[in-house]
Amino acid sequence: MSDEPIIKFDKVVKRFGDLTVLNELDFEVKKGEKVSIIGPSGSGKSTVLRILMTLEDINGGVVTVGGEPLWHEKGPDGSLAPASETHLRKMRTQLGMVFQQFNLFPHMTVLRNITEAPVQVLGLSKQEAKQRGEELLELVGLADQAQKYPHQLSGGQQQRVGIARALAMRPNILLFDEPTSALDPELVGEVLNVIGKLAEEHDLTMLLVTHEMRFAREVSDRVCFFDQGRIREEGAPEDLFTDPNEERTREFLQAVLDN
Amino acid sequence: MDWTQYLNPLMLGAWVTIELTIYSTVFGAILAFAAGIGKLAHNPLIKAISIGYIEIFRGTSLLVQLFWLYFALPVAGQAIGIDLRLPPVAAGVLALSLNIGAYGAEVVRGAIQSVSKEQYEAARALNFTPRQALWRVALPQAIPEMMPPFGNLAIQNLKDTALVSLISLSDLAFRAEQLRNFTQDSTTIYTLALLMYFGLALVLTAMMKLLERFVGRWRAGAR
Repeated sequence: MSDEPIIKFDKVVKRFGDLTVLNELDFEVKKGEKVSIIGPSGSGKSTVLRILMTLEDINGGVVTVGGEPLWHEKGPDGSLAPASETHLRKMRTQLGMVFQQFNLFPHMTVLRNITEAPVQVLGLSKQEAKQRGEELLELVGLADQAQKYPHQLSGGQQQRVGIARALAMRPNILLFDEPTSALDPELVGEVLNVIGKLAEEHDLTMLLVTHEMRFAREVSDRVCFFDQGRIREEGAPEDLFTDPNEERTREFLQAVLDN
Repeated sequence: MDWTQYLNPLMLGAWVTIELTIYSTVFGAILAFAAGIGKLAHNPLIKAISIGYIEIFRGTSLLVQLFWLYFALPVAGQAIGIDLRLPPVAAGVLALSLNIGAYGAEVVRGAIQSVSKEQYEAARALNFTPRQALWRVALPQAIPEMMPPFGNLAIQNLKDTALVSLISLSDLAFRAEQLRNFTQDSTTIYTLALLMYFGLALVLTAMMKLLERFVGRWRAGAR
């Protein structure tokens, strides 16, 4: 783990109409770090991921990914201008996202879901993409489901395909937006197993928005408690979960752990 | 005259009707995709052209469009020194295609817009260009949605081909009218013509159903 932050939020503001979702957020993630983001709904957790995946722009501040501004481009004089689509496309190659609702392409087979972007976007040959896709399906334990369509799979299987699809683009940073929230309880484990396996990879930076506290505690290097568009408290999981400093964190943990 | 003797001339006319329907439905579908996608374009010029085309052809009578292309356009062409005389088939196919294309464009637009926002987000996260997202992700999901309304438009188009008899194309309606003038046997001839249109519509419906099943073969419950 190097000390250079691969992700940096510098006084980032995000508003939806009158609602301020991120309130001058400062946030850093080091390369290879596994960070879990917890907090009440509406605290801006998912927005952080959506901003990083360029699905949501920002209203103030600067987001840096891999040392380069994400939503801005540096002019020759060093001034920052809003990013062009070309810049965003370049920046996006570093990131991958796993969605709460999986968002698989329903008209493509499982394998095609995984190979389509590598072929179309990265320019891999069909053969290479297929090989990579089959390896990834092996990794998520779905090698025998390659030719099925998403609707023929269970939710847990669909989400594992979603993970494989994101990995096929070889991102440095993988974003998980509540990956198990849409799943029936008995299917959560199989998805967490796969994410846990990925967490063992040293180079991969992972950001996980989750309500699975026990899992967050197991896999994360650091846990951030978000509240009202800011990080209220952060720290190593054993500290934050067992002995939080803030009353607000204590209340939140009590509420979710009682369930 | 025995009714079987009407069959041959009516069949000749039916064949013309079939040809007109096929050509104008295919061209119309192409126009529908172009204008439907164009209406969603970010480029204001493309958008304006698409909207203009859709509104003009939806807002005017097909019969007048047909007469305009066949009778008025050559005169207008003459005035500026260009030969714009169209053979009846070309004028007929053009008017029908432009018309079905304008209605179809709204179907295409609606179906593309019905593809969920999450699908576009997934495409963006995988770094597809907007064009790739449209062709690879949105359209394959939108096309099956378009099939039932397209089926209706195709049937409508089949029936509208009867209007081309008015610019002397010898389609089914034209042949029927010709026979009736000759024999005065209105009941038999028009009954036969009705049955033939109906038969053609049934075949067309079946074809559209097959096409719908084919383009939606990936959908739940499709097999």
